[in-house]
Amino acid sequence: MTYFKLILSFLLTVGIFFALNTKFGAIPPIGKFLNPYSGVWQNETDEAISGNISIPELKDKVTVYYDAELIPHVFAQNELDLYRVQGYITAKHRLWQMEFQTYAAAGRLSEIIGEKALNYDRQERRRGMVYGAEQTLSKMSEDKTMMAIVEAYADGVNSYINQLNSKTYPVEYKLLDYKPEAWTPKKTALLLMYMTKMLAGGDEDMEYTNALRLFGKERFDLLFPDFFDITDPIIPKETDWSYIDVPQTPDPNSEPVLDSIAETIDKPDPNYGSNNWAISDEKSATGNAILANDPHLGLNLPSIWFVMQLSTPNHNAFGATLPGALAVISGFNEHIAWGETNATRDVIDWYKIEFNNDRTQYKFDNQWKAVSVRVEEIKIKGQESYKDSVLYTHHGPVVYDKNFKSDNELSGYAMKWAGHISGNGQKTFTELNKAKGYDDYEKALQYWVAPAQNIVFASTDGDIALWVQGLFPNKWEGQGKFVMDGSKPENDWQGYIPQQFNAHTKNPERGFVSSANQSPVDEAYPYYVFNDGYETYRNRVINDFFNSKAKFSVQDFKDLHNNNYNLKADELMPYMLKTMDVSNLTKEEKEIYDIAEEWQYNNDKDEKGPSIWNAWWDVLYDMVWDEFEVEDTALETPFTYQTIYLLKNKGDDDFMDMKDTPEKETARDLFKLSFSKAVKNLNDWKAINGDLNWVNYKGTFAGHLLQALPAFSRFDIPIGGGKNIVNATSENWGPSWRMIVEMTSPPTALGIYPGGQSGNPGSKYYDNFIDTWAAGEYHSLNFLQSDKATEAIISTQILTPTK
Amino acid sequence: MSKNILNFIVTIIVAYVLSLVLPWWSVMVAAFATALFMPLKKVAVFFVPFFAILVLWFVYSFVLSSGNDYILAKRIAVLLPLGGNPYVLMLVTGVVGGLAAGISGVFGKQLSLVLKK
Repeated sequence: MTYFKLILSFLLTVGIFFALNTKFGAIPPIGKFLNPYSGVWQNETDEAISGNISIPELKDKVTVYYDAELIPHVFAQNELDLYRVQGYITAKHRLWQMEFQTYAAAGRLSEIIGEKALNYDRQERRRGMVYGAEQTLSKMSEDKTMMAIVEAYADGVNSYINQLNSKTYPVEYKLLDYKPEAWTPKKTALLLMYMTKMLAGGDEDMEYTNALRLFGKERFDLLFPDFFDITDPIIPKETDWSYIDVPQTPDPNSEPVLDSIAETIDKPDPNYGSNNWAISDEKSATGNAILANDPHLGLNLPSIWFVMQLSTPNHNAFGATLPGALAVISGFNEHIAWGETNATRDVIDWYKIEFNNDRTQYKFDNQWKAVSVRVEEIKIKGQESYKDSVLYTHHGPVVYDKNFKSDNELSGYAMKWAGHISGNGQKTFTELNKAKGYDDYEKALQYWVAPAQNIVFASTDGDIALWVQGLFPNKWEGQGKFVMDGSKPENDWQGYIPQQFNAHTKNPERGFVSSANQSPVDEAYPYYVFNDGYETYRNRVINDFFNSKAKFSVQDFKDLHNNNYNLKADELMPYMLKTMDVSNLTKEEKEIYDIAEEWQYNNDKDEKGPSIWNAWWDVLYDMVWDEFEVEDTALETPFTYQTIYLLKNKGDDDFMDMKDTPEKETARDLFKLSFSKAVKNLNDWKAINGDLNWVNYKGTFAGHLLQALPAFSRFDIPIGGGKNIVNATSENWGPSWRMIVEMTSPPTALGIYPGGQSGNPGSKYYDNFIDTWAAGEYHSLNFLQSDKATEAIISTQILTPTK
Repeated sequence: MSKNILNFIVTIIVAYVLSLVLPWWSVMVAAFATALFMPLKKVAVFFVPFFAILVLWFVYSFVLSSGNDYILAKRIAVLLPLGGNPYVLMLVTGVVGGLAAGISGVFGKQLSLVLKK
């Protein structure tokens, strides 16, 4: 009996150990996790930001001052030390985030969260994310100086990782039960790929091909015109292009391949966009040029940005950095300021590939060319690895083949993507950080390949400029709109637009430059550019604003950042309200109709009009494009601008007819039908969620990077604005960093972002900027001019070489 | 009675010291060791180490969390999910540690009986 009890109690002991030491599904190993001596309770703390730290390999002493926003101001004696400390300090506050993002980029999430991430990982590998990072890395390593500082950054991150232990790991590691691994230059390259995918990872070739097959060329062109009837391009229309002497590639009259596949890989949210603008000294109320930037990205926690001052005796830069990448990305130094918006252009093309019998060769130029195989080993937590063989052609990876989203034995679709082309893009930023004027800015841009960006510039000299910068294929008219035959050489990218012919403008006559993801140029630009889903509303509001008066101040910039005017609604809703049949509205419909009529087209947070507009537009849009609901066919519905154009100008077109009804509807009928349905939707929504105020209806939130884990996220952020509005705050994306810089000497700047400097959910600095940001307010950025603490500094940390 | 109290105190001290060098299961080792060398009787075999560790973990997590306005505890109490109440999370923490300690205490006691034979 004694032995029985002994064995039983032993088994129970082993059992409880196992139960509390093991991760079950989403539940962390609970004993390990809750143990106050090394578990999550140890993360219940603010960050240590004072004292001395010794770091191996530092050459000299580095001082880090923290201000009340937990912004680090780094003063190093040389660049290597500077970037080493940037790595160290970034890791100190954002280690989990920077690692997680590179795991996501590398298609390695299965290692952390298990088999449920396998499909995601396979997709990222097949997209060539790791391949692209390797190209970037090899290009970067040709530049010895660059590589040395990228390595210094990695060493800095590792210095931080090395002094961690299971007790001090960030809370997410404890939650998911894994450990940080060493940082490498390749991870920096992967982080750049992560951004490239986010900003230049979308295309509609497959979808357009299907639409072309279904509707024919004429109807396709009506739905998807290369240019809209209005354009207010980034580079002013009056620009003289006569200096361009390398012509567009001649059209080989190639026929598109009219087949495609049923389901395409995930694409980044096409709503990611941004605003930036700058006014010249002449247009400025104070006589100093002023620049602003607000990149619209996912509203996540930890935030995508980390604000820092990075200084050596030779330069002094300040602004938003990307954890994992070097230098300031959107910011300013003593001489210049810069910022980016996304310059989407069609930089992904698809080629249909014909294989030989054993798929070792593919047809090209009437010959057989060898396929190269890249075996992607995907490690899975708690399971055996998965091996995926991805075939590569000279176009790029064959994303879709019989092993992935297709069942065709002998054909596949290869991807040609600017993101795979090697570039030394990191250098653009280290150089911009040091730039002293326009010439340096222009030189720094030449390294930038992808994702193409509209990089705005202003200087203390009073210059303003904007370059649409990236490596763009010089395409023949229509190239890459549809899937192409991969066996015909004329379908290959024939060359690239020379860097100096990329669209740009310096000190334009109108006294301002601006970009808001609209068409970069109008039809006069000598190279082939077609509509890549360009924005058509924010940009007009911004340009109209700057054309509205002679002089502008920083206050005007703040007002414009927070401008909630809904031009899109204003271009359609009055027409709908006027045109639609209102003779037999129900009482409920009448109520909503009256509110809608009162609305002045501002998406302010307490208005009900924007909720009505959104609900109405969503239903109407689906009704118009019911022709696009075709089973097992990847399709993309037409752009908003063209939809509104057709509703107002071609209201009796066949597309207005709803296929499921015997009647033939026109736009006027759709207005009424969609209104009734929207009113019902709104009232249903109201019954569950309460008031129809825009702020409630929109429900802006900042979700934790780990599937928006509610415990680590912020919901119901009190802010207006919305999609296609200058204050582009939608449900889960928006102005992820708002910056205004006046080019005084030295510059004076404001900045804010929806997050906090700390990545630790247990820190008061984790989400402390959100309410200030939502209220449309800014922090003034303490641009320290020397290695001396000012009264804005709350804490100092000295980093010294290990003796 | 005094034996229970003594064991309770010793368990806390040993668990605290071991926690400085061992992972979370230090509390299991502590409870096991005290049970082995200071055997208790009946339900006390389980409950003395149980409460000792419950108190140790509850108090320490309270100390850590109260110094930081319970910011993280509130979030973890949403994650787990415990209604966002940090005190419930502390109690759960104590009970988890206590359970592990109590059970290994029982094992320690059984082993001591076998060794005595």
